[in-house]
Amino acid sequence: MSFNRRAFLGTSVALTATLAAPMVRGQGKPRVVVVGGGAGGATAARYLAKDSKGAIDVTLIEPTRRYYTCFFSNLYLGGFKQMEDLGHSYGGLAASGVNVVHDWAVGVDRDAKTVSLAGGGSLPYDKLILSPGIDFVEGAVEGWDLSAQNAMPHAYKAGSQTELLKAQLMAMPQGGTFAMVAPPNPYRCPPGPYERVSMVAHFLKQNNPTAKIIVADPKPKFSKMALFQEGWADHYEGMVDWIGEDFGGGNVSVDPGAMTVTIDGEVTKVDVANVIPAMKAGRIADMAGVTDGNWAPVNAADMSTKADPDVYVLGDASSQGDMPKSGFSANSQAKVCANAVRGALTGSKVFPAKFSNTCWSLIATNDGVKVGATYEATPEKIAKVDGFISQTGESSDLRKATYEESEGWYTGITSDMLG
Amino acid sequence: MPWLRQHGIAVVAFFLATAVAADEFGDPAAGEKVFRKCRACHQVGEGAKHRIGPHLNGLFGRAAASHEGFRYSKALARVGDSGLEWHADTLDDFLENPRSLASGTRMSFPGLKKEKDRLDLIAYLRQFSDDPADIPEADPTASPVDHDLDPAILALEGDPEYGEYLSSECKTCHQASGGDDGIPSIVFWPEEDFVIAMHAYKNKKRPHPVMQMLAGRLNTEEIAALAAYFATLEE
Ligand SMILES: Cc1cc2nc3c(=O)[nH]c(=O)nc-3n(C[C@H](O)[C@H](O)[C@H](O)COP(=O)(O)OP(=O)(O)OC[C@H]3O[C@@H](n4cnc5c(N)ncnc54)[C@H](O)[C@@H]3O)c2cc1C
Repeated sequence: MSFNRRAFLGTSVALTATLAAPMVRGQGKPRVVVVGGGAGGATAARYLAKDSKGAIDVTLIEPTRRYYTCFFSNLYLGGFKQMEDLGHSYGGLAASGVNVVHDWAVGVDRDAKTVSLAGGGSLPYDKLILSPGIDFVEGAVEGWDLSAQNAMPHAYKAGSQTELLKAQLMAMPQGGTFAMVAPPNPYRCPPGPYERVSMVAHFLKQNNPTAKIIVADPKPKFSKMALFQEGWADHYEGMVDWIGEDFGGGNVSVDPGAMTVTIDGEVTKVDVANVIPAMKAGRIADMAGVTDGNWAPVNAADMSTKADPDVYVLGDASSQGDMPKSGFSANSQAKVCANAVRGALTGSKVFPAKFSNTCWSLIATNDGVKVGATYEATPEKIAKVDGFISQTGESSDLRKATYEESEGWYTGITSDMLG
Repeated sequence: MPWLRQHGIAVVAFFLATAVAADEFGDPAAGEKVFRKCRACHQVGEGAKHRIGPHLNGLFGRAAASHEGFRYSKALARVGDSGLEWHADTLDDFLENPRSLASGTRMSFPGLKKEKDRLDLIAYLRQFSDDPADIPEADPTASPVDHDLDPAILALEGDPEYGEYLSSECKTCHQASGGDDGIPSIVFWPEEDFVIAMHAYKNKKRPHPVMQMLAGRLNTEEIAALAAYFATLEE
């Protein structure tokens, strides 16, 4: 018995094929400009170029020549990865037909539909995709601003900041104190700060076993909390002091000159201070006028902004509903967006949006955990459908397999993003 | 899972012919060490011959005491005749205490008391019985008919274009190039095997929380579409 494929799909899958004529301005191919070559932007650019087979002119604007992933940057701090392992070139994207421009986007004129570049000139677009990641909210941590990021690094954008934090960690005196100021919700990578605590503890246990870690946290609880706390007790007993909201963890100020951190009135002299301030959408989203407050609200079906149907925002910068701000999420959103944008510009079929996310974290050698969920587009938001999380007390074999899986995922997502 | 890693491609049957849960599958590398205890009597691998004991190639799925040209004890021959076959669960029992299954066996071996040693050894031996199309927890002889899928589901022809779109979700983890470090390759599978495997996840018969979740929300046509796409992938 064989079914007719077309007939079957036609009746049972809600296809929203765009039948309208492709929307092309002026002559030549439709143009898509993507700002930001990270998890969201690189994926969107690659899928658009690859799937449109040259029918769309895709330009990616990204200032850096190598993309250093934030994902696995904590593993670098822990000594499990080298800095070179985290860096990826844009050569693969160029090879798949994306025009890669190494520059900053410094303005968006939504009426003229152009993006201006720091290096001068501007690029016209039919559709604009912004995936600029995050910036920090000014004044979020008293005493800290960007000029203090060398004394007290955030290491929440990977690259030189990550290397700086590692160098400071290595230079810590025996028995010294590492302080982290954790961010309030919502922020990039919910388990990120706690995976970092684990990796810093792993490093210190080997190199500086009497050192201490203090975490000042404005939140009463955090992602995978039971798993992390179990892991800290098992692997790093007595090393980590997590001060949550209930104990004044949100009442924090720092003095980068004196290298002190004050938590709920108590001043502590520290050797390393990793300050991760509150976050907001990368500045260009604000400059494009598509933000509302700190983030850019988007429509779940295609990631277009509420403010402008021709401007899309992906990844961390978007406010979309239930998905966490992760590289996996950004990559997932980018594919939905690319499918919709290609459909709008060339008339190709547009399939229903499906999103998913899984975040792995490493707690200690071969002790990996994960949390994940699937999502769908509703008229209001991206809504969670189903999810799972690793359990406390899992066997060491399963934890090892989970860690190995994360390594496979890393290879998978970086090649999916950058070719 | 190291086994999957080694063998990359996978999966014909998902129905566990045995009681051993898949997540209890052992580590073949560790099993190789355990096998040192057996080497005085048994050979396994390329060119293995009968010695004091029979060679152990192609062990899984075979009736006990069924090698032509090896003289088994009466005891083992009898249990073989009465239907004992070597699968992960029967091997587990036998290895724990050989005499519990065949009281007069000449295999004078006290048995492996540690469950992990047995699982590892079984995983190691399993490699010499395998067909790369099989999953480790299944018998090597398991074939695509070992499933309870409605033939209409298998007959469904998928739309590769839709499959390509859906596959973008898979490719966040499974490399399009077929690389398989930590996460198995899923490219170039026969469509039917793909469909069977995905339905096994969907029905929570194969273990793995991520795959159960992702397959769980794919409908029958979507699974067919993915199978059609991955079977034809060129890269
Ligand atoms: C420590 C840490 C660990 C993490 N671990 C994980 C993990 O294990 N798994 C996971 O899924 N996620 C993880 N993440 C989160 C992940 O890194 C982000 O969610 C993801 O990178 C978001 O993608 P994006 O495209 O929104 O932004 P990004 O990947 O940050 O990309 C933004 C890009 O835009 C560029 N850009 C910004 N402004 C402009 C402009 N004006 N013009 C041109 N270009 C511009 C930037 O240079 C940058 O390359 C982690 C994050 C951190 C900090």
